This record gives sequence, structure tokens and C-alpha cells, in this order.
Amino acid sequence: MIWVDQIVQGTLLGGYYALIACGLSLMFGVMRIINLAHGDFAILGVFVVWLLVSQTGISPFLALAAAIPLMALLGWALQHWIFERSLRSGPLVPLLATFGLAIVIENLLFEGFGADTRSLAPDIGDLAFDSWTLTDRIYVGHLAVLVFAVAVLLLVGLQLFLKHTVLGRAIRATAEDPDTAELVGINSRAVYAVSAAIAVATTAVAGTFLAMRASFDPYSGPAQLIFAFEAVVIGGVGSLWGTLVGGIVLGIAQSVGAQIGPRGFLLTGHIVFLLVLAARLFLSGVNWRAAIRRRPQGTEGSAT
Amino acid sequence: MSLLAVEQLDVRHGHLKAVRNIDLAVAEGEILALVGANGAGKTTLLRAIAGAHRPAGGRVIFEGRDVTALRAYERVALGIALVPEGRRLFAGLTVEENLRVAGDAGRSGPWNIEALLAVFPMLKAKLKTPAGLLSGGEQQATSIGRAMMTNPRLLLLDELSLGLAPLAIDNLYRSLTALFSSGTALIIVEQNLSRVLGVATRVCCMLEGRIVLERDAKEATRQQITEAYFGLRQDGLRHEGLRSAQP
Repeated sequence: MIWVDQIVQGTLLGGYYALIACGLSLMFGVMRIINLAHGDFAILGVFVVWLLVSQTGISPFLALAAAIPLMALLGWALQHWIFERSLRSGPLVPLLATFGLAIVIENLLFEGFGADTRSLAPDIGDLAFDSWTLTDRIYVGHLAVLVFAVAVLLLVGLQLFLKHTVLGRAIRATAEDPDTAELVGINSRAVYAVSAAIAVATTAVAGTFLAMRASFDPYSGPAQLIFAFEAVVIGGVGSLWGTLVGGIVLGIAQSVGAQIGPRGFLLTGHIVFLLVLAARLFLSGVNWRAAIRRRPQGTEGSAT
Repeated sequence: MSLLAVEQLDVRHGHLKAVRNIDLAVAEGEILALVGANGAGKTTLLRAIAGAHRPAGGRVIFEGRDVTALRAYERVALGIALVPEGRRLFAGLTVEENLRVAGDAGRSGPWNIEALLAVFPMLKAKLKTPAGLLSGGEQQATSIGRAMMTNPRLLLLDELSLGLAPLAIDNLYRSLTALFSSGTALIIVEQNLSRVLGVATRVCCMLEGRIVLERDAKEATRQQITEAYFGLRQDGLRHEGLRSAQP
């Protein structure tokens, strides 16, 4: 029964990982930018929420609703002023630019708010600790279920948006080939800016839930980036469904690992990540060999 | 007034001058065949007209308006579309999505998915298939259809039949009759000379970045084109670039 409990808790925790990984996955999928400042955006977003809550006393959920458009605006501006320029200089420059951004955000937050550890848990009342009883040994927290539900809604919603709307199709086309997208009338720079806005806006959601279920300080970003990165890699780069699965796998691995031994929580998560990464590299190696062997038939087939 | 006017256009790839001082005009409804050897600058010229490649000098005028500084997507809105060499389909999108994405972004006009399926009936069964899984002929049809969905007034077709089986080329040209007679101005880059001369109203031959022959398609003889294509004679055609190339 204890293992079932760990799998249930791990799945719910995985919802949070999927939530934090969502924007990273989208940004890499569309712009091929690995955003090393992703975790710091989440923390920046939660500081905006915390500031609103502590100044006005409104509910953190209301504050989040206000922070989302602000963060979207920030994403749009960053794409326009920083990523756009760095993308023109090759794939490594955006990586460096986001690395620099991460340092700037962390230290500006430290400068402005100090090193105190904060939490939003006191501001959400009973939601922070209420739970449902499934069996006499398994309890699930209301907040954990809410986070999981929001993660599923967000990822499914984004997937439907990409699949079925005019803008979503334009984003997918631009993600595949920005030059050709321009040739069919799509403003690829505008598409990039919208994608960056969506990606950065989702970090505010993830950051706020992190602050509700745990705590945060100006330097909490990089740890969140690692979880997000692992979820994206486990689930398959650039696929939102995969990101949801990846987050859940990571969450279950950590929970089960924690049950095995007290130090197993992070260790097991990293081991699963490395195993999946190694398996992916190995499998793609096999595919290369197969592709080389099959090439002559392939070209004949495509000529008809 | 011509629909498209290219004036003293220079386009470079780094230090290489791919297009040298070209003047070219295309009238409404005209079908221009652009021929020439590999590396003559045909693709670069089309990409510069479409806005995918910024020229180093000269102007591109469309409907009397200087569009040289406009980006490719802005030119699509004015009515210039390019079918790029090698199809360049969005491989992960279905055929229908490839067509729709262009239709949503382009101009409004007579071409929509229904009209296109009448032109390319072979795509009807493939609408839900990812474009990456199509045969070469189906890919070229989708690529042309995608450009037509933007309802262009000038359509640039790069390497129309390259890499297609003879039967697929027959099919393609038969399908395109509707396009050829639709009044859309076309510039067609094609290696298959007899095919393209059958539909073109005018033929231009490029050699080393310059236009070395320009004739009515009916007047041009095969020999004239072959000589211009390979740069065999220097009888008053613009051939300055050739002397340095000869040993």
C-alpha cells in the first residue's frame, strides 16, 4: 500500500513538473532556444504575485491572474529585444543570453527582496493542508490535485490551441521552418514573440504553485530549471504530451526513490533522467544505421 | 505598366555575386520560363523577388511599388508567392494543414482547398497525411498548392519538375493547365526545356548571374537557347562574364 501511495503522490508531484516544464518545452520546440533563465522567470513571476498579495492583501489566485499578462508582456519584450537578435548569431548565443538573463534576474531579486525564504502557503488558508481520504492509508492534498489538474488543463489546452487554431498552425509551421513560413505569408518574428509570451506566462503559474506548496527565495530558479529540463528530456523534446508524461515519470521516480531511502528522492529522479537520455541516444544511433542502409530505397520511393 | 519590374538587381552570397545587374519585367498574366545551368543564379533571383534573400543593390518593383525593403511575408500579402526548390513542406503538418496555414496567412481570392483539390485530385485522399510521408509528385503538388492558397498575382515556381518521375511530371503539367490559364503571372524555373516551352509565353536564359537571352517563347529556337545556356557564342549577347571563365 505504501508503494501505491508513493505512486499517487509522485503522479501529483509530476503535475507540478509538467507545469514548470511546459514553457521550456514550448520555447525549445518553437524557437530552438534552451532557456536557461526559465526557472528564474518562474521565481520572478512568483515575486510579482507575492508583491501584489503582500501589498494589497488579495488572494494569490487573483494576483496570479494579474501577473500572467505582465509575464506574457515580459516574454514578448525579451523575444523582441534579446532573443531575436541573439538567434541571428547562431545557436550558442541564445544559450549564453539566457544564461546571462538568469544571473541578472537572480541578483536583481536578491538586491530587491533580500535572501529571505518566503511562501504563499499562509495566504491560501485551508487549501495548503486540506486533503481527501482515498483509503485509510492514502491521502491526497487538495492543492496537489489542483496543481495536477491545472497542469493537465494547460498542456491539453496548449496542444488543442496548436492543433486547431489559425495562430497555432502558424506557430507549428514556423517551428518547423521559419524561412518557408515567411514565404507563405507568416510573420515569423511575430509568431516567435507570441510563443515567448505564452512560454514566460506559464512560468508565473508554475512559480505560484511552487510557492503555495513549498517556499521560494531569489535563488530558487536553477533547481526548478533542472526539474523542468529533466521532464522535457524524459518526455521527448518539443512534444507537449511528452512533457506531461515526462513530468509524471520524474515525479513518480522521485517519490518511489524517497521511499527506498531517505536520500533517494533527487537521486532516483536524476538516475531515471540519465537512463532515458542514454536510451534515447542509443536508440537514435540504431536509427541512423538503419537510415543509411535504407537510403537507396527511400529515394526511389520519393521520386514517384 | 508591368506587374513586376526588377531593376539593376545585384544579389550576393557572401563574396559570390550570384545575380549581376539584372533587369527584368513581367507583365500581368505572362508566363516566363527561366532556364540556365546550375549555379547560373535562377534560384537566387527568384528568392530575391520573393523577399527571402536581401539584394546587395537594385530594386524590386511590384505593381509600381518599391518592395525591395519588404520582408517575404509582406510580399505574400501583396501577391508574390514562391514555390521553393526542394518543396520545403512543413513535414509534421498534414497536407490540409500545410494548405490552410498558407490560406490563413495569404490574400483572399478564388483559390481555396476545394478549388485546389479539383486541380490536384490525388491530394484528396492524402489530406490527413503528414506531408513528410508523401511521394515526390504529391509533395510538389502540395507545395504548389500551398503557394496557390495565398492567391498570388505572381507565382514563382523553382525547379518545377526536378526529381520527379516522368509519369509524375506528366501528371503535374496536366494538373497545372488550370493555373496556366488562370491569368496569374508565372516565372517558372525548369530544366525540362521542351515541357516549359510548351506553356511559356517568353523565355529568359541566365548564365553566370546575367540574362544572356530573352525571346518570345514561340520565336526562340532550341539551338539559340542551348547556345545561351552553355555560353557557346558571343554574338552581341551580354557575355562579359564569360571571358574570364575561359582558359
